[in-house]
Amino acid sequence: MLVRIGYLTRAEEPRIPQTFLEPVSEDEGIQGARLAIADNNTTGRFLNQRFDLVEVTVPEDGRVEEAVRDLAGQGVRLLVADLKEDALLAAAAAPEAADMLIFNTRAPDDDLRNERCRANLLHVTLSRRMQADALAQYLASRKWMNWLLVVGRTPQDAAYADAIRAAAKRYRAKIVEEKRWTFEDANRRVDTGHVTVQSEILTFTQGTEHDVLVVADEADGFGEYLLYQTWLPRPVVGTHGLVPTAWSRVHEQWGATQIHSRFERQAGRWMRPRDYTAWMAVRAVGEAATRTKSADPAALAAFVRGPDFTLPAFKGQGLTFRAWDGQLRQPVLLAGPRVLVSVSPQPGYLHQFSELDTLGDDRPESRCRNR
Amino acid sequence: MLLTGGAARIGALALLGFAVAQPAQADTIFVSNEKSNTVSVVDGGKLQVVATIKVGRRPRGITFNEDMTQIFVCVGDDNRIDVIDVATQKVVDRLPSGPDPELFVLDPQGHRLYVANEDDNMVSVVDIGAKKIIGEIQVGVEPEGMGVSPDGKMLVNTSETTNMAHFIDTESHKIIDNVLVDARPRVAQFTGDGRFVWVSSEVGGTISVIDAASRKLVHKISFAVQGVPRESIQPVGIQLTSDGQRAFVALGPANRVAEIDAKTYEVKRYHLVGQRVWNLALSPDEKRLYTTNGVSNDMSVMDLERGRVVKSISVGGAPWGVIVKP
Repeated sequence: MLVRIGYLTRAEEPRIPQTFLEPVSEDEGIQGARLAIADNNTTGRFLNQRFDLVEVTVPEDGRVEEAVRDLAGQGVRLLVADLKEDALLAAAAAPEAADMLIFNTRAPDDDLRNERCRANLLHVTLSRRMQADALAQYLASRKWMNWLLVVGRTPQDAAYADAIRAAAKRYRAKIVEEKRWTFEDANRRVDTGHVTVQSEILTFTQGTEHDVLVVADEADGFGEYLLYQTWLPRPVVGTHGLVPTAWSRVHEQWGATQIHSRFERQAGRWMRPRDYTAWMAVRAVGEAATRTKSADPAALAAFVRGPDFTLPAFKGQGLTFRAWDGQLRQPVLLAGPRVLVSVSPQPGYLHQFSELDTLGDDRPESRCRNR
Repeated sequence: MLLTGGAARIGALALLGFAVAQPAQADTIFVSNEKSNTVSVVDGGKLQVVATIKVGRRPRGITFNEDMTQIFVCVGDDNRIDVIDVATQKVVDRLPSGPDPELFVLDPQGHRLYVANEDDNMVSVVDIGAKKIIGEIQVGVEPEGMGVSPDGKMLVNTSETTNMAHFIDTESHKIIDNVLVDARPRVAQFTGDGRFVWVSSEVGGTISVIDAASRKLVHKISFAVQGVPRESIQPVGIQLTSDGQRAFVALGPANRVAEIDAKTYEVKRYHLVGQRVWNLALSPDEKRLYTTNGVSNDMSVMDLERGRVVKSISVGGAPWGVIVKP
C-alpha cells in the first residue's frame, strides 16, 4: 500500500536571522516533512505501508494553482502547504483542491481560521492568537499586567499586535502605551553596531511605566536589539526574548530530545517551528494510515478530521483538530533564548471541554462559517 | 495559639510514627534520578535516604542482576549501562548498551539484558558476562518499554512513535508480531503466568492487555479521575502482584496510582501520590508500593494493607525508576 503526500512551497529569499548564532537555512519546513516520511516508513514496515513525499517548489512568481493541478494529476490528495496566506488560499481555491485535504504548516493568520476559513484546510501551525494567548496567560500568572507594545512596520507585525491586543483584553492586561518602530532603515542603521543601538533604543523605549515590553517583529528586523537596551529594566517578550512558539531547540520534555537528535542527524541543523509543523502534518497522515490500515486518501482524510484522531507530538498529550475552524489544538512553548521557561496553558486556566481551548479562537467566538 | 499548634504537631508526629511502623524485614529501595545523575538508596525501615550513588548522565532504567548483588542502570546520555555493586554501593563496572539506552529488561536466566535504544529504532541484546552486544533488532520509532516472558522466550518492546508492541523471539531475534496500541506506549509487563502482556499508553491514556499467545487485544483499560482533565491521565509504570489479583498503574501528571482488579480489569480506586508519577515497585512481601514522582522529586510509600500513602521521601532530581531488594 502506497500513500502519497504532496509538499508544496514557493521559492523565496531565505530568512536572515538577526543573530549570528542561527544559520541561514534554505530548507526550512521540507526537512521536517522528510523526517516524518522516514518515521512513517519505519512504522509502515510492520503494516506493509509505504509513504512517498512529492515535493514541489513553485518559482517566486509562479502560480500555485498550477502546481496543485500537477500534484492532483500525480494522485496527490493529501497536501502539506508550506505557503503564506495568499498563496495558501489560492492553492486551496484551485478546482483540483476541492477533494484534497490541505495542511497549513506555515500561515499563522487569524483570518484564515475565521472569515477566510475553508473546508479543505486544516491548520497545523499556531495561529497568532494562540501565541498571544499563551504568552498572556503566563504574564497574567506572574501578574505582569501592564504592557508596552512595540510594533514593527509590516502588515504581519500589525496582525501580531492585533492578537496581542485581543489577548490583553481576554486576560485583562493593560496595554499602557503603543509605539511603532518607525526607523526607516532599521537594519542598516543598527549595522553601525551596538553604539547606535544603545542610544536609539534607550530613547525609543522611554515612556509610560510598564511591567513588560511586548514586541511584534515577525521579520526579525529589530526585536533582538531591544533586550537589555531599554530605558526601564523590563523583560522583553513576544517575537523576541520570551517567545510563544510551537517548537524550539530548548524544548526537551516529553521525548522531544529524541526528535531533536533524529532531525539534527538528518538536516545538520536545529529543528525550527516550520520543520516541526511539517513533521506533524506528515505524521498526521501516517497516524491515520496506521489506525485505519488504509492507503485510501479519502479514508485517511476522514479519519484525521474525525473524533478518534489524536497526534502525539512531544507535547505531553495527544493533539486534535478543532471542529469549528480546523485548527490543531496544542500546548504552546514559552521559550527563552537559552532554556524553556514554561508551557501554556498555564495551571488554573480551566475550560469546560479542553484546557487547550483557552488558547486561540474557541467555538463560541469563531467566525468561521464555511466548514 | 502556639500551644494548640504545638499540640497538633505532636499529635501529627505521633500519627506519623504509627503510620510508618517498621515492617518485619526492612527493604532497601533504589531510585534512579534522571536529573541529578544519581541513584538514591532508601532504607525501607527508617524510610530515609541513607546513601546517594553517583552514576553516569541521565540514569533512567534500573534493574537488579539475577542474585541481586549488582544493579544495572541505563545512563542514556553516556550511551552505556553502569553496574553498581550493591554491597559497596559504588559503580564498579560498565556495559555497552547501544546509543541512548532508556529502559531494559534482564532475561529470566540472568545472562542477557535487552536494551531499548531510544534514539536508534533498535533493541540491543547485551551478553552480561562477555560485556558485549550480541544482537541488534530493528523495531519501530523510539523504542521504549521492554518486557520478557517468565520463560524468557518472548520479548516485548514498545515503540513510542510507531505505537506498537513488537513481539520478538529471543532465540532468533526476529519480530514475530506487532500489535497496534494507543498513542505513545511506554511500559510492557508480562503477567506472572506469562499469558498476558500489559502495555501502558501514555498519550492514549489506556492500558492494553494483550494475549501473549494469540497477540490479540483482550481488554483495554481506561481511567477517569474526578477533577483531573482527561489529557493529564498518562499511564506509565505497571506493577502486578504475584498472585495475579491486583495491578497498579502510575498515571503520570494525574498524580495518581490506579489500583485495578487484574482479573476483571475493573479500576477499584485511585491513590493520590506525588507529582508526575512515573514508575512503581512492589516491596518483595507486596505489602508496600513505592512510586517515583518525577516533578515533586520524591518517592511515595503506599501501605497496601491499609490502602493509603504513608510517607513521601525526598530523593534526587527527577526520580525515574525504582527497584526494591529484601
